[in-house]
Amino acid sequence: MLAWTIYLSFAGALAQALLPKDKPSISRWLALAVALAGLALAVAGFAAGIPNHFARVTIIDAPWVPSMGIHYLLAADGISLVLVLLTGLAAVAGVLFSWNIELRTNEFFAFYLALIGGVYGVFLSFDLFLLFVFYEIAIVPKYFLIAIWGSTRREYGAMKLALYSFVGSAMVLVGLLAAYATSGSHSTGLVSLAHAGLPVSFQMWCFPLVFTGFAILAGMWPFHTWAPTGHVAAPTAASMLLAGVVMKLGAYGCLRVAISLFPHGMDPWGFSLLGVGSWRDVFAVLAVIGIVYGALVALAQTDFKFVIGYSSVSHMGFVLLGLMTLNQIGMTGAVLQMFSHGVIAGLLFAIVGRIVYERTHTRQLAELETMHLSKRLPFAAWAFVIAGMASMGLPGFSGFVAELQVLVGSWIAKPGWTIAAGVGIVVGVAYTWRALQKAFFSDAPPSAHMHEHAHELAAITVPEIAGVMLLVAATLIVGLYPRILLEAIEPAVKTLLAGGGQ
Amino acid sequence: MNYADLFRATLPETALEVGALVVLVVDLGFLRKSALNLRVAVAALLGVAGCTAALWMLPFQGMGFVYPGTGEMLLASGGSSAVAQIGILLLTVLTLLLLADATFTQHVGEYVAVVLMAAAGGLLIAAAQDLLVIFVGLELLSLGLYILTAFAKRSGKSAEAAIKYYLFGGMSAAFLLFGFSYLYGIAGSTNLYRILLAVDGPQGAQAAPLLYVALVMIAAGLGFKVAAVPFHLWAPDTYEGAPAPAAAFIASVSKVASFALLILIGTAALQVFEAIHVMAKYEPQAHIPAAHGFWGFSVSWSLILVVLALASMVLGNLAALAQTSVRRLLAYSAIAHAGYMLLGLAYFSNASRSAAAILYYVLTYGLTTIGAFGVVGAVEKAAGSDRLDAFLGLHKRNPLLAAVLLVLFLSLAGIPPLVGFWAKFNLFAAVLHASPTGMALGLVILAVGMSAVSLYYYLQVLKRAWVMPAVDETPIAVHPVTMAVLLLVSAGVVLLGCFPALLQGWIAGFYPGM
Repeated sequence: MLAWTIYLSFAGALAQALLPKDKPSISRWLALAVALAGLALAVAGFAAGIPNHFARVTIIDAPWVPSMGIHYLLAADGISLVLVLLTGLAAVAGVLFSWNIELRTNEFFAFYLALIGGVYGVFLSFDLFLLFVFYEIAIVPKYFLIAIWGSTRREYGAMKLALYSFVGSAMVLVGLLAAYATSGSHSTGLVSLAHAGLPVSFQMWCFPLVFTGFAILAGMWPFHTWAPTGHVAAPTAASMLLAGVVMKLGAYGCLRVAISLFPHGMDPWGFSLLGVGSWRDVFAVLAVIGIVYGALVALAQTDFKFVIGYSSVSHMGFVLLGLMTLNQIGMTGAVLQMFSHGVIAGLLFAIVGRIVYERTHTRQLAELETMHLSKRLPFAAWAFVIAGMASMGLPGFSGFVAELQVLVGSWIAKPGWTIAAGVGIVVGVAYTWRALQKAFFSDAPPSAHMHEHAHELAAITVPEIAGVMLLVAATLIVGLYPRILLEAIEPAVKTLLAGGGQ
Repeated sequence: MNYADLFRATLPETALEVGALVVLVVDLGFLRKSALNLRVAVAALLGVAGCTAALWMLPFQGMGFVYPGTGEMLLASGGSSAVAQIGILLLTVLTLLLLADATFTQHVGEYVAVVLMAAAGGLLIAAAQDLLVIFVGLELLSLGLYILTAFAKRSGKSAEAAIKYYLFGGMSAAFLLFGFSYLYGIAGSTNLYRILLAVDGPQGAQAAPLLYVALVMIAAGLGFKVAAVPFHLWAPDTYEGAPAPAAAFIASVSKVASFALLILIGTAALQVFEAIHVMAKYEPQAHIPAAHGFWGFSVSWSLILVVLALASMVLGNLAALAQTSVRRLLAYSAIAHAGYMLLGLAYFSNASRSAAAILYYVLTYGLTTIGAFGVVGAVEKAAGSDRLDAFLGLHKRNPLLAAVLLVLFLSLAGIPPLVGFWAKFNLFAAVLHASPTGMALGLVILAVGMSAVSLYYYLQVLKRAWVMPAVDETPIAVHPVTMAVLLLVSAGVVLLGCFPALLQGWIAGFYPGM
């Protein structure tokens, strides 16, 4: 049943490409219908997982390239289900916040749905090559979405994103080719490769290669620079998807491929340099740097969207740190943080890119300061207050549970990481507060420039309200009752840690 | 000598030659005064008929042709040869269909006749087992290509490209012949297997420096055919100057034939190498020069191919970045693709696996590149140039053409699920399988990295077609036959990509025991 999320999205993309160009409303409703159907399937799939305690379920297993042992193998465990659910949510919200796209509407939704289909595919693949194929399918639509419908320096941002992604996937491809040739097994299924007993020396070089390849897309410092420029250049729905699900593809790849296939790649080297004695330490340190660096840079931005762009780098640092704790609580936190950040970043980008920018036509905090948006767009202001609180990690929101678990996990692994990451949280409060204050609640005197726009702010539309409600509800539900997702994530992380290859 | 056997073995080539003569007679004899599009249609259809007849007569099984006096094989059949020959004929059909709206020449009959004769040369070298057959086949193919390049008689560029191609070609043929003469001197035979046996044995070891000179010369000759760096200089000019259907023919059919020849050489070398080692097992006292620091054929040949592959991958991809003409861009990308395939040939082992991977690559590459030239030809006709800017706003001027371009270029860049990805994957997996050394791994890493670079220049074209605003929004009309060919090619690229086992299984069927 879950496989239909993939087929429906691709069929939707194809249908959009064949739709007439001058009927944007048909395209919108069709896209919404496809996204809602995907969400419904995701929820149903999640609900179906409850009775058997989210054990791994094979959806379809058919030989694809028999001579190389490649299978068309779709399956779902708790981690997949949570991320498929996130994709469904982000897809629906993205369509709602793209309701005002007028330029080449059908092509926009065609690329959009193709991207969604690729993302569903990655989260459901349990064959290494199938996963890689879906992972690469997602690259091309991203490029066109940003390059055609984007804003600030869109062609630069789009090309940078495409090349970073492609270089990352080239690294992954090399790792996969090498693993395939080395294992000598006649299957590329993730489970059978995990049991193939790859030599430790091989894992030692292959792990960092594949992990870095995937982590580029997860925004790992210092390979994060595509993220802010890409997010800023992208149209709202694309930046929601980029931050919401595409960065998760990278983190998911790190977890599902790099960590589970090459566990010995994280063994100690036998010597240590400045306290760093294994690839695990290296990546944990990079993750912590990403957390602090992203937060500090966000604090200094003058463009509202760049603030959110860098905050994504910071929050994704928590995911990578959680993965590198290699303990139950830290990794569970990492997966929960993927979900949480997907929802919250989507919400933040929607407010900045769609609700505010489409009305004020500026994202400069200095100009927004003079517009008194809290009075003129109270809905946007309060939505941002809620989203900001969630992003800061206040209790009651999903971010709190996720980041707390990551911090506890990293304390168990190495207390130093936790202390440094804690600094990132404090700075996170500061930049969110600063953006909130400057953009919405400033009492700076209105500028001359502002009078021209004084009565031009359009009313908030229904799709916008629906989108905000959907995402706020998701972060609140998970924040107040995290068990709903944790019960799915925990057993999957447990089997993964036990070396059972998922 | 049994001429009946020879005739039977060369029936497909004969069919092509007869087809060429029929085209000439019909076009010059009966249709002299008719309208150009009627003549084009008749000539192209007769050409297609000739290819179909040749396809029907291909000897799928059997021994090929064996020279009765000595028992030496002249022409192989089955295996790699059969796959390549079928590929050559099918791709020739596609390039003939691209003629549909050709206006570059009044002499369509001659054009089709030359295409068929060149294809006959391609069939010969795809099966050749003897130096003389190799040379005759190569010259038959090359002479045809020079003429095809020059066929747009009203275009100065076409003439310039042809003369450059001809001069470089003549020189490389001289090198090749010189290398062949050394091999004949060492082995005293023109048969590929005899030569390899002699070269890997004591005779080769005694003449070691001579052998290395010969191999370098031969590499220069064959490297020219596949446009490997540093013998690539003709490619950008020829791709730019030749009429689009001729460029498509050069980029596809001639590539397939030349790589088929390289595969035959590789397979023969591997079999001889293994035979010698088996012999050494049973006769340990026999003198095996390979054990005494002598490289023999395989090692030195691999080394030369590695150098060519490395240079082609790097230079082809980097030079393509700077191009503003799409045809030149395709030429440099062809050089890069030749580099990947040469890498497969350099690490050639378990003959059927490597051979199948390279054939898969070259056939799908040929298919894609024919489509690419079809699109370039259509755009050129409307915009008057093949500059990058001619593609501006293509998605508005002809959405279908833009969609075809998207599929083909993404496939060339190696994005799944299109066929170009599987071709690369297959090839690199075969390389790593053949040699699990760090050297091979390093080259594969470089190749994968270079294909990441290639995405940039393919996107430069796609960006203009899909993203940037149009300067001129008049729709581009494409001849229905051309469009049908382009759709067929893109459908092939997508379907073979989604079901890679189809083509793989078909190729594997030609290798008993794979």
